[in-house]
Amino acid sequence: MLRPIIACSALGAVVGSVLAGGVLFARAEGTPNAVTIDNFFFTPGTITVKTGTTVTWTNRDDIPHGIASSNNAFKKSAALDTDESYSFTFTTPGTYQYFCYLHPKMVGSIVVEQ
Amino acid sequence: MSEIDHRDGVSRRKVLECMTWCGTGVLWTISGGVPHSLGIMGEAQAADSRGLTFLQISDSHVGFDKPANPNALGTLEEAITKVNALPQKPAFMIHTGDITHLSKDKEFDDADHIISQSRLDVHYVPGEHDLIDPDQGKVYRERYGKATKGAGWYSFDANGVHFIGLVNVVDLKAGGLGNLGNEQLEWLEGDVKGRPASTPIVLFAHIPLWTVAQDWGWGTQDGAQALGYLKKFGSVTVLNGHIHQVMQKVEGNVTFHTARSTAFPQPAPGTAPSPGPMKVPDDQLRKMLGIANVTFKQNEQRLAIIDSPLQG
Repeated sequence: MLRPIIACSALGAVVGSVLAGGVLFARAEGTPNAVTIDNFFFTPGTITVKTGTTVTWTNRDDIPHGIASSNNAFKKSAALDTDESYSFTFTTPGTYQYFCYLHPKMVGSIVVEQ
Repeated sequence: MSEIDHRDGVSRRKVLECMTWCGTGVLWTISGGVPHSLGIMGEAQAADSRGLTFLQISDSHVGFDKPANPNALGTLEEAITKVNALPQKPAFMIHTGDITHLSKDKEFDDADHIISQSRLDVHYVPGEHDLIDPDQGKVYRERYGKATKGAGWYSFDANGVHFIGLVNVVDLKAGGLGNLGNEQLEWLEGDVKGRPASTPIVLFAHIPLWTVAQDWGWGTQDGAQALGYLKKFGSVTVLNGHIHQVMQKVEGNVTFHTARSTAFPQPAPGTAPSPGPMKVPDDQLRKMLGIANVTFKQNEQRLAIIDSPLQG
């Protein structure tokens, strides 16, 4: 009884993520300092920016997420509810690993170049 | 008398049968490792009045208003109405976390207003959604943490059963799972030391202490260490939430069990791209939300756990 519902809902989510992926790709091309959160993933998972760039994370999920540096190298965000954003300006070159402090399996990185 | 009074022992076939059943979310119970389908709640309730009966609710996510359930407060109220209609009043209730969706004062107020209508003592542990106020858990600790240690862990005894509430949603590490941490583990080791091996133990925490789905973070990285301190005990029951569905595993003397949410369902592992809220047809929602009723009977190794959906 439940099987068809689960399968149907999973299919819907897959279709949704494929569509969202297309939109994200276009957005990422236009503004390489933007990271979106969809389906518990940071997209793109790694971005490369120039020193002084402000990176903005936006949560598109129905569940809150939070951004935290893996080694406390930058200020962590408040919890982001749906469609909320967090921005941080990276002024020092380096590779910044980060994760969602609510769902730590979610990881990403920002590469800051000179 | 119900047949759940008279079972003991556990066979591989029965465990597998149980695990098959769990995925379907059918109303069921376990005693002595033997699962039984129960047609009505009252059948199990009438089984035995001598033991200890308590309730588990979980993941009420008060404040959640997304398509998967625009009225999470309403379904929590339905769950409490169901609690109040039980033929046998439980001794108390445990809430295994994610009381609120965003740790807002009003969400905690609304949750308390509804849950207090059960007129039961409630023992809470926090979920990650309860600790995301600007002060990272201050609101939760002020409300529920007065008699607790650290981030909110504690233990208590009822009818000879030792209950331990743990917190595995604090100080999570990049790439990792749920986390108990050394301070809490040391406390746990001391808490159970010196207790007779015959003491039944009930351990409860938000995220499953066993790994349900590694990719989705449904597990606790130092959960095995915690369970290591409980090896000598003949009866250990681990109750969790977080995954918004019923899952059960029996391993030696340890029974692992997760409860439904009262707010929204989440997909079974591997059936969706993410563990986020699952939108189901409106007429299916209440079949996937619910409460758990747990009964301990003297001289039985395993607790009887009855998962009861809000509807169906």
